[in-house]
Amino acid sequence: MRTRPDLIEHLPRLRRYARALTGDVSRADDLVQDTLERALAKLDLWQPGSDLRAWLFTLMHNLFVNQIRIRRPPETVMEDALDEPVSGGQMEALTARDIHDALARLPEEQREVLLLVGLEQFGYAEAAQVLGVPTGTVMSRLSRARERMRAMLAGGPAIKLKVVK
Amino acid sequence: MTDDVHEHELHAYVDGGLSEARRLEVEAWLAAHPADAARARAWAGQNQSLHAAFDAVLNEPLPLNLVRTTRRPVMSMPFKTVAAMLAMLVSGLVGYAIGLNHPGQAPAAPVYLARDAAIAHAVFSPEARHPVEVDAAHADHLVAWLSKRVGTQLHAPDFSAQGFELLGGRLLSGETGPVAQFMYQDRVERRVTLYVRRAVAGNPETAFRHATENGVEVFYWIAGDFGYALSGQIGRGAMQQLADAAYQQLVTVTVKP
Repeated sequence: MRTRPDLIEHLPRLRRYARALTGDVSRADDLVQDTLERALAKLDLWQPGSDLRAWLFTLMHNLFVNQIRIRRPPETVMEDALDEPVSGGQMEALTARDIHDALARLPEEQREVLLLVGLEQFGYAEAAQVLGVPTGTVMSRLSRARERMRAMLAGGPAIKLKVVK
Repeated sequence: MTDDVHEHELHAYVDGGLSEARRLEVEAWLAAHPADAARARAWAGQNQSLHAAFDAVLNEPLPLNLVRTTRRPVMSMPFKTVAAMLAMLVSGLVGYAIGLNHPGQAPAAPVYLARDAAIAHAVFSPEARHPVEVDAAHADHLVAWLSKRVGTQLHAPDFSAQGFELLGGRLLSGETGPVAQFMYQDRVERRVTLYVRRAVAGNPETAFRHATENGVEVFYWIAGDFGYALSGQIGRGAMQQLADAAYQQLVTVTVKP
């Protein structure tokens, strides 16, 4: 019988990603729980020596996508409505609330890429593997996500609330 | 868009994915192209903001149900474990649990107390760098902090007569609310942990009980509104002595007004 990998060391980061992805504490931990269940059930499919973290994030991605499908039909995002004129792009004054709101308004596929790369620090190729898409797709989603975030955050309350200490 | 520096490279610059040589070239490019520089700055700011907003999750106490899932046997629970759990259940805990009439609170039953304590012990006691959240140098603060979160005046028992010093403590979260874990260590760095959490209201006090969970010896009891479990892998005799000492000290404290 082979040694079983320890999933616990991956819990903090799975929880962080799920929290940012869902924007909700209990929904996030439910997603982590489901991911662990799935991982335990499919542990035989994991190749020892390969990246366990990437595999766990892949499982979480698949579960997340399924949840979205069940929750509602594919959304028609207001592709350009959000891209308002950009001013400055000062990020220093952004609050966690601004970030939460902006993330929630990103299409899920862009949110995932932005978080995997910007928060979880996956390489582009790794992120592509987790999401099951070509690296080129990761790059274009990343580009759109970052520009959309920039537009939302630059025009939002962040500027008005900016405090100079 | 840029001629010499591809947009992909701007992203890679922000994400630290460029070679040193290329990074310097991109920096030179940005110095001459303020619009691209503003974008790159904004993107880097987004990364920072994401960390600022979500890194705190990394330091949150791990929910015990998640920890417990990672500790669950995969295919089949060893027969021994099942048998032991059944034996404990049959020996009166079934009646106890049914008597409570609160199925949702069943995890507070002593059998779970012992198992959760053993899991928490197994997870945190091997930690070399961060075995505790608050170290014993700040013992007063530690006890006050955990007392406040758990909702009762806690006391960290003194095991110096048994050769164990308080290392510190941490806060976990369980089904019945916050859980305090005190960790002790002896001169050869063997560790034991004391796990304290609120028991189900109206819980009958229990005498000392003993269980072995995956090689971890657990002595546990319920006093007042709280369940206590002492876990370690230092042999049953030594554990018994520590548990006696903890019980004596904690019960004495509890009884005093």
